[in-house]
Amino acid sequence: MWGKRCGVSVFNRLHLEAICWVQRADSDGAQTHVPHTLIIGAGQAGLSAAAELRKRKYEGAITVLGGENALPYQRPPLSKAYLSGELPLDRLWLKPLAWYEKAEVKVRTGTRVTALDRSSSEVITSDGDRLSYDSLILATGGEARRIPIPGADLPGVFVLRNLAEADALSEALKTAGRIAIIGAGYIGLEVAASVRKRGHEVTVLEAADRPMARTASPLLSGWFGAIHRGYGVDLRVSTPVESITGTQRATGVILGDGEHVEADLVLVAAGLVPSTGLAEAAGIACDDGILVDRQAQTEDEQIYAIGDVARFELARYERSLRLESVQNAIEQGKAAAASICGAPFDYNPVPWFWSDQYELKLQIAGLIDGADTMVRRGDPEEGKFALFHLKEGRLIACEAVNSAPEYMAAQRMIAQNISPDPERLRDSGVAMREFLS
Amino acid sequence: MAKITYIEHDGTEHTVDVDNGITVMEGAIRNLVPGIDADCGGACACATCHVYVDEAFKDKTGERTSMEDSMLDFASDVRDNSRLSCQIKVSDALDGLVVRLPEEQG
Repeated sequence: MWGKRCGVSVFNRLHLEAICWVQRADSDGAQTHVPHTLIIGAGQAGLSAAAELRKRKYEGAITVLGGENALPYQRPPLSKAYLSGELPLDRLWLKPLAWYEKAEVKVRTGTRVTALDRSSSEVITSDGDRLSYDSLILATGGEARRIPIPGADLPGVFVLRNLAEADALSEALKTAGRIAIIGAGYIGLEVAASVRKRGHEVTVLEAADRPMARTASPLLSGWFGAIHRGYGVDLRVSTPVESITGTQRATGVILGDGEHVEADLVLVAAGLVPSTGLAEAAGIACDDGILVDRQAQTEDEQIYAIGDVARFELARYERSLRLESVQNAIEQGKAAAASICGAPFDYNPVPWFWSDQYELKLQIAGLIDGADTMVRRGDPEEGKFALFHLKEGRLIACEAVNSAPEYMAAQRMIAQNISPDPERLRDSGVAMREFLS
Repeated sequence: MAKITYIEHDGTEHTVDVDNGITVMEGAIRNLVPGIDADCGGACACATCHVYVDEAFKDKTGERTSMEDSMLDFASDVRDNSRLSCQIKVSDALDGLVVRLPEEQG
């Protein structure tokens, strides 16, 4: 028999304390052990795991601890519609408050975990609480990478990973005309597009020889670079930054060749550092990420890791990697929940990503590395095209610009290991459906 | 504000008030209607918020965008009245709207 008490006190959506507890009592009133899944990290991955546990009728208690003072929210808009002002805060929340109550998922925001004691299956929080767990899910994500150059700590230097950082950046943009962005990855370019819309002067400085060098094909990189320049962004590649200038606050950056680029605000968009500290201190194997198997389990069978922080062997691409994406947050979260519910499955996804810049929707299915052949479909001049990447004839990735059919078909073709005829693939007259078996 | 009825594949009905300016997808999330996952948060990138719009409201909900049309092309059990609910903006004109959820999102 289930006894249940629920109480919720809410200050506002940014500082919530929901208290739900569940007790199971025998007929004679004696309490038996209720299993407890503790999730560290209140981002998209942590929430996905919690939701999937309930969907699978997990009967234990679920607690989510979040370091930020906010309920789980969507991160992707922070560099896009939220920053440009098109999407207000109240549309960022992943679930309404009532969901947590109904699903009996207890969320403690503004709570950091300072230690993990595997011998007693407990964690210790910043408030000094000890919380025990039967299953522990590490969904700790990461922090924006800071770069070790002079001036990096000056006021007026920003990074962008979380809501507080997005709000700080947005506030500073109100009085800053000229923006320098260090790094031309997705975040750097999305911010460049968003702030150009707001009328700022934007310089983007990239050390590599092309934008989005880490994930995109050279052709796509070049094309996006040209688009940004067309919108008036001063995008410079092969341009390392030596230092950030200023005494009271940032006034610009000094480039490798000594040039001074003036700016009222500097954004460092240099990628993510996975938050593995807690796991490492507890002796769990880490290597640029917490190491997990295909069921999202670490070497400690009570402990799982999911989302941006987890490194796993992706069988489909025969490589060990971390995936920083919504797709991975959601699906690896589900994999961990399935394992906890005793129904493990091998997590072997076709990764997918998207990026919105100006009026362009970039959608990527799969991973490009290892491809030996590229097939272009559609005309980049028209702003609508897809690049298919094949390995030994088999489709392994697709980069689609304003081309949803190509992207959607590619997702399935990759999952089904299809080897399309390159000539037909190139021909826009052949419907994408025809490539699916 | 519009009253919208979401009908799950098993016939369960949810009639709720949805604010103007948000989408039919967000109306479902905010009111705990199961079956609309909206993985991408409304960016028209995942096709997990597929609904069938009641015939009486087909005109009022407007035409599919071309991006939406393409995404739906690869969703399952697509019909003439299929829409991605993240692409339907709520207004007073949609008061009384009925949408049904496909079996795959059951």
